[in-house]
Amino acid sequence: MTTLSREETEALIAEVLEVYPEKAQKDRKKHLAVNDPSVEQSKKCITSNRKSLPGVMTIRGCAYAGSKGVVWGPIKDMIHISHGPVGCGQYSRAGRRNYYVGTTGINSFGTMNFTSDFQEKDIVFGGDKKLAKLIEEVEQLFPLHNGISVQSECPIGLIGDDIESVSKKATTVINKPVIPVRCEGFRGVSQSLGHHIANDAIRDWVLDKRDGQPYESTPYDVAIIGDYNIGGDAWATRILLEEMGLRVVAQWSGDGTLAEMMNTPKVKLNLLHCYRSMNYISRHMEEKYGIPYMEYNFFGPTKIIESLRKIAAFFDDSVKEKTEAVIARYQPMMDAIIAKYKPRLEGKKVMLYVGGLRPRHVIGAYEDLGMEVIGTGYEFAHNDDYDRTIKEMGDATLLYDDVTGFELEEFVKKLKPDMVGSGIKEKYIFQKMGIPLRQMHSWDYSGPYHGYDGFAIFARDMDIALSNPTFKNLTPPWKKVEAEEVKKAA
Amino acid sequence: MAKLRQCAIYGKGGIGKSTTTQNLVAALAEAGKKVMIVGCDPKADSTRLILHSKAQTTVMHLAAEAGSVEDLELEDVLSVGFGGVKCVESGGPEPGVGCAGRGVITAINFLEEEGAYDEDLDFVFYDVLGDVVCGGFAMPIRENKAQEIYIVCSGEMMAMYAANNIAKGIVKYANSGGVRLGGLICNSRNTDREDELIIALAEAMGTQMIHFVPRDNAVQHAEIRRMTVIEYDPTHKQADQYRQLAQKVMNNTKLVIPTPIEMEQLEALLMEFGIMEQEDESIVGKTAADLAA
Repeated sequence: MTTLSREETEALIAEVLEVYPEKAQKDRKKHLAVNDPSVEQSKKCITSNRKSLPGVMTIRGCAYAGSKGVVWGPIKDMIHISHGPVGCGQYSRAGRRNYYVGTTGINSFGTMNFTSDFQEKDIVFGGDKKLAKLIEEVEQLFPLHNGISVQSECPIGLIGDDIESVSKKATTVINKPVIPVRCEGFRGVSQSLGHHIANDAIRDWVLDKRDGQPYESTPYDVAIIGDYNIGGDAWATRILLEEMGLRVVAQWSGDGTLAEMMNTPKVKLNLLHCYRSMNYISRHMEEKYGIPYMEYNFFGPTKIIESLRKIAAFFDDSVKEKTEAVIARYQPMMDAIIAKYKPRLEGKKVMLYVGGLRPRHVIGAYEDLGMEVIGTGYEFAHNDDYDRTIKEMGDATLLYDDVTGFELEEFVKKLKPDMVGSGIKEKYIFQKMGIPLRQMHSWDYSGPYHGYDGFAIFARDMDIALSNPTFKNLTPPWKKVEAEEVKKAA
Repeated sequence: MAKLRQCAIYGKGGIGKSTTTQNLVAALAEAGKKVMIVGCDPKADSTRLILHSKAQTTVMHLAAEAGSVEDLELEDVLSVGFGGVKCVESGGPEPGVGCAGRGVITAINFLEEEGAYDEDLDFVFYDVLGDVVCGGFAMPIRENKAQEIYIVCSGEMMAMYAANNIAKGIVKYANSGGVRLGGLICNSRNTDREDELIIALAEAMGTQMIHFVPRDNAVQHAEIRRMTVIEYDPTHKQADQYRQLAQKVMNNTKLVIPTPIEMEQLEALLMEFGIMEQEDESIVGKTAADLAA
């Protein structure tokens, strides 16, 4: 299939928008763009981080999802209380596959759900007493936890509970940090504000707790920021950094601990993977502690090599030498993977629709396999994300921000990609249309995809999806006759 | 059985809503009507004169003790006082915590589900917290609840201002539901030409002053005994005032969508009655030092 020209892509957007009422058309038009890699500032072509239109089936989450689900949830040695009615905590429990090492229920709590289970009476009379009681019970039942975060659900903000004062008091009672987080779901337009609120809570309640304390540092101390260890991503990342001669002091927040976060202000460099969800705290550490942060991309050998060299350039020659040795050592493995899969995947076209960093970060990995990303978009990006995306995408490819169910379906119908990379809500729609879909939030229960080890799995997963014979045999019985007639006529 | 009439009493805080409501209800009961009072105020002081109690145990308090409101039975929350008047208090949190509005919603839903309104009642009176601060305190005037509203006011500026604001709220619900304003009850503060003033205000708002309740110490005498005047001293002339109010409410047919007035109109009215001076624009925003200079 030939790629669309700029004019054709513009016409496609116009055609898809046609069904909307005038006001919706005007709004949605701003969120759809034809990419021009020469543009420096994305604000000239796309609008983002705005309220979704009612009725369009947006795929966004809420501030609670951004704080509890993304930033705080993976800190494994803490207990994260979903404060409010039971559903928010229960239906987000262990859903993001943030792997961790530890004994669940003893010293790690990642896959468990703790909630204050609000009832009508807690709304009317307030939930502060219940929260204090819950913290007391948590301390009794799980004495090896290292701290508690209170993740506010919507009603907490509505009834004006004073979780800050409960947390302060509880901190002195249990002698462990108790951190209130005001991430009520109704705040902001997507999960993005939840990331920011969670970052601010870390800044205000965690980060400076070990300032001035003795610490044996090395010149090679770094922290991994914004890797949630989905399917083991952070582990595949950490191996490479350690092989380069760096000391990874902290992982934020996948397989991370509270102590690691408290030690982060001692590092020499913060390595930032998911810019969207943790740029706030990285900037803060740069301003307050003078720790620079560096964005990197560990998807696919091209980007990995680029990133490894960029990171090594920050350190002395010993690191640079080791880095080159790392690159050389893994190269044959990468060559073998590409030799195996590229012939099968070459020229295949992909459309992506994900969150955080992936809509731009995985492009290189697809390109390493000879594939092309012809459309991409974010659920909750800001324009600084699109600034970084424009350069990664080809000319006249399609960008869609906070895409609606209808738009994504129409774009896929018209652009006919060979596969779609998105989430569980999209998966079966497109697979029923005969297009393979890989979940790019959860790695479709696979992973890791980060690092050299991750690329091997990524390549295999894309191949099993694209080379799956199922999709050639999708014609249902009632359409078979029709299909055969067409065949005969031809 | 005549059709059940549900009435809500609103008015500025401290104006005497609860006292007036309970005396009115006592007079209705004396006239043979079956009445229920539903207190919609976390302070729970809407039934004390009927029950001779300090504060009735409330629906929300009992629900909190029992675990949830589903664990309650109607007889747990319903008390019967003077003249067979049934009393319920919604209850709610102490000031500064939780959500009192949700308490009102929960309590009223409970009463409906438990069939508190099904028995042969003639009247239900909702005694509501001073201001309609959120959706919860508008619950009594939503669809299928109170259809008549009475506003208690006096000839004081702020009471009239509050009455007019409440009327604005009624307009909103009158258009979406069927609620109507039954009139203003003037609970006298002995200000000059008070009756004329409230009659004029009522006219401007498209309603009526249904009754002028004069100020009388008998009300306070009864109140310290936790009684209504009707019960404490049925022969007192003040008791007759409440009986008159009760008769007027029973016979009231003037149920209207009010026409709240603009601030300027209200000020003009107050100036006409000498309650407010003509505004001197030249002094606005000037400090004492400015004026001395």
